[in-house]
Amino acid sequence: MTRKQRRLTMIGGSLAVLAIAAALVLNAMRDSIVFFSTPTMAAEKQIPPGKRFRLGGLVQPGSLVKGDNLAVNFSVADGAATLPVAYKGILPDLFREGQGVVAEGAIDASGVFRADTVLAKHDETYMPKDVADALKKQGHWKDDYGAKPGATAASAPVQGASK
Amino acid sequence: MIAEAGHYALVLALGLALIQSTVPILGARWGDHALMNVARSTALAQLLFVGASFAALTMLHVVSDFSVVNVFENSHSMKPMLYKITGVWGNHEGSMLLWVLILALFGGLVAAFGNNLPLSLRAHVLTVQGWIAAAFYLFILATSNPFLRISSPPIEGRDLNPVLQDIGLAVHPPMLYLGYVGFSISFSFAVAALIEGRIDAAWARWVRPWTLVAWIFLTLGIAMGSYWAYYELGWGGWWFWDPVENASLMPWLAGTALLHSAVVMEKRNALKVWTILLSILTFSLSLLGTFLVRSGVLTSVHAFATDPARGVFILLILCLFIGGSLSLFAARATALKQGGLFAPISREGALVLNNLLLTVACGTVLFGTLYPLALEVLTGIKLSVGAPFFNLTFGPLFVLLMIAVPFGPMLAWKRGDLLGAAQRLMAAGIAALIAIAVLYAWTYGGSTFAPLAIGLAVFVIGGALSDLAERTALFRVPLGVAMARARGLPRSTWGTAFAHAGAGIALIGIVCETTWNSEYIGTMKPRDVANVAGYQLKLDDITQRQGPNFREMIAQFTVSSDGETLQMMTPSKRNFTTRGSSTTEAALLTRGASQLYVSLGDTNADGAIAVRIYHKPLVLLIWWGPVLMAFGGLLSLSDRRLRVGAPKPAKATRALAPAE
Repeated sequence: MTRKQRRLTMIGGSLAVLAIAAALVLNAMRDSIVFFSTPTMAAEKQIPPGKRFRLGGLVQPGSLVKGDNLAVNFSVADGAATLPVAYKGILPDLFREGQGVVAEGAIDASGVFRADTVLAKHDETYMPKDVADALKKQGHWKDDYGAKPGATAASAPVQGASK
Repeated sequence: MIAEAGHYALVLALGLALIQSTVPILGARWGDHALMNVARSTALAQLLFVGASFAALTMLHVVSDFSVVNVFENSHSMKPMLYKITGVWGNHEGSMLLWVLILALFGGLVAAFGNNLPLSLRAHVLTVQGWIAAAFYLFILATSNPFLRISSPPIEGRDLNPVLQDIGLAVHPPMLYLGYVGFSISFSFAVAALIEGRIDAAWARWVRPWTLVAWIFLTLGIAMGSYWAYYELGWGGWWFWDPVENASLMPWLAGTALLHSAVVMEKRNALKVWTILLSILTFSLSLLGTFLVRSGVLTSVHAFATDPARGVFILLILCLFIGGSLSLFAARATALKQGGLFAPISREGALVLNNLLLTVACGTVLFGTLYPLALEVLTGIKLSVGAPFFNLTFGPLFVLLMIAVPFGPMLAWKRGDLLGAAQRLMAAGIAALIAIAVLYAWTYGGSTFAPLAIGLAVFVIGGALSDLAERTALFRVPLGVAMARARGLPRSTWGTAFAHAGAGIALIGIVCETTWNSEYIGTMKPRDVANVAGYQLKLDDITQRQGPNFREMIAQFTVSSDGETLQMMTPSKRNFTTRGSSTTEAALLTRGASQLYVSLGDTNADGAIAVRIYHKPLVLLIWWGPVLMAFGGLLSLSDRRLRVGAPKPAKATRALAPAE
């Protein structure tokens, strides 16, 4: 093989791997990406039942009902709309009424959001960024959120629970 | 007083870094030895002053001086001493100070042990280190000063975030930073080579040990972080494809590629330009990781500082260093002479494939991490790219890589024999097929993917063993001779075998844990029994206990299997009064490489408690694999070739390289 042929082989091989990667990425983009909505956005966009998305908002105070065998019902509110959520499993340590929450799942036929993952994180200075931004947009924003950097720099995870 | 001294030491370190980043390079330009040697003394002095500054901050935390903001916000007088010390880097300011301390440490090591480097190369390398250091000192002093005082000192601190009060956290960030920042050395070497416009095989020989050191620490750091998340977060996950985790995975992937391309460059004087580019990219990804974690630009399962001033500052550093080094690369790379030729099927070719797959895999991770961010900035649409995306993109690429791994060491340099390599891998292939068949029959009706993936892992491990067997001529010569040959093998060969086998072992752990994980989630009252994977867990009792800075609810389980009592397990839930937050302390019972995992949820009004019990088969292999890989790296590092003083820049090798 000449130097040129070798170089062509190398370039061809690289392009092949890149093409595979691009195909994989495009394929994954089609199925595995989950959009984020607040209850208001979910109502406006008429998200069809069964379509997975991430629901973010505040846990409506007084809405938390614990059923048998770890079944939990609560409502997620963003000031303008609320959406009932059903979840089965252990809620994260930081899940509280009136605090930010992000749930992942889909709306069922009866209009209840069936979550299979619930993420919560709160302290005085933090709520999930998706939620904070959405609330900010709607004017339901407490100024003191985010004013102080949550100095827990290294890694203080959002508590998650997943069925 | 201590705080002011620490602050002052940091300012002096900045001054030294500024000298280090200007004087030696001028010396190199003018050919002045005295000026070039300034690099050595400033690098060492800088280490001394940052060390003093870090010691001062540690001292403040130890004595709980709450007149310092950093101590007030992250410490508590009742906190155990260990966490007072680890709390130093459990916050933004302190962890940045640790970052520059490690940077100075690496600079100091090059200064102290780089006597065999050509004087001008050392001067250039340390100059570039000086630039990085100066940028980060400025960042700390301008936006993240850990020594700020409070005008009216409070009596008590606000305590460290409870999830960070753990021994895993004591070790995870320093390890990770030793890895991240360690890649600054190969970056500095690359930039120095570009400035000098000269690079040869000896250059690769100097760079490789540094890259290897960084890679070993990064491997261990990532594994440690993953294990910490596994036992501390209370739901048994060990990798979340979280941006912060991706931030550490990307430099690891690029660093692994760099490690392999440096081999080609050292042995065959080829892939020079690519190695230089990879050195730059690896450290750029480290910087990007620092930016993602420190700027608060991403929300993830990790929490971080949310001050935009910091983000913008780091973004500037990022653009300056990545843009600057890449421009320099674009301008000077053509000046570097191309080296040895090789056929596509050869050891070099295999290593190129390795590099290709690793960098492309790294690219998909980068895309998945930054895409949501870019989309939100550009269009305002929010989406989350989670585990499914990475499994579908990173997974297949890694499978390809793993298939190729055993072939690499079997191929000869320059021109290899793929058929011969395949024949030598016959034993490994047969072992893999047997593993697939046995597992498929055993788990009949279950996942078909898992037996295949484990077969692949067995192939990788078998390939590593075959390579050793091949090199020692095991089974072909008497055992004694084979043993003698084994002793005579270069340590780097052993290192390769261990590291490759480690990758296979980790893969087995990952597949077993994700496929055959069994779980029980429900509420239990005292004397209830839960059955999980053949184990009976009886809840004996729930008790309360007072810890140093928390209250704890402990549940005691008796674990038995087939009527035989094995052990007690005591998961607990801690309530930290100062921050009003709680943590879940999971209990682990190790059986071989498998683990039983129990963590607690809320208590109900009727005294029942929510319990999560997992049986995770062979889960420990996930972390033993990386430990084995790091051990392989260590063996390779102790190779004679790297320990013995660097050889003279070999002018002759190029003349000897066969001209095809």
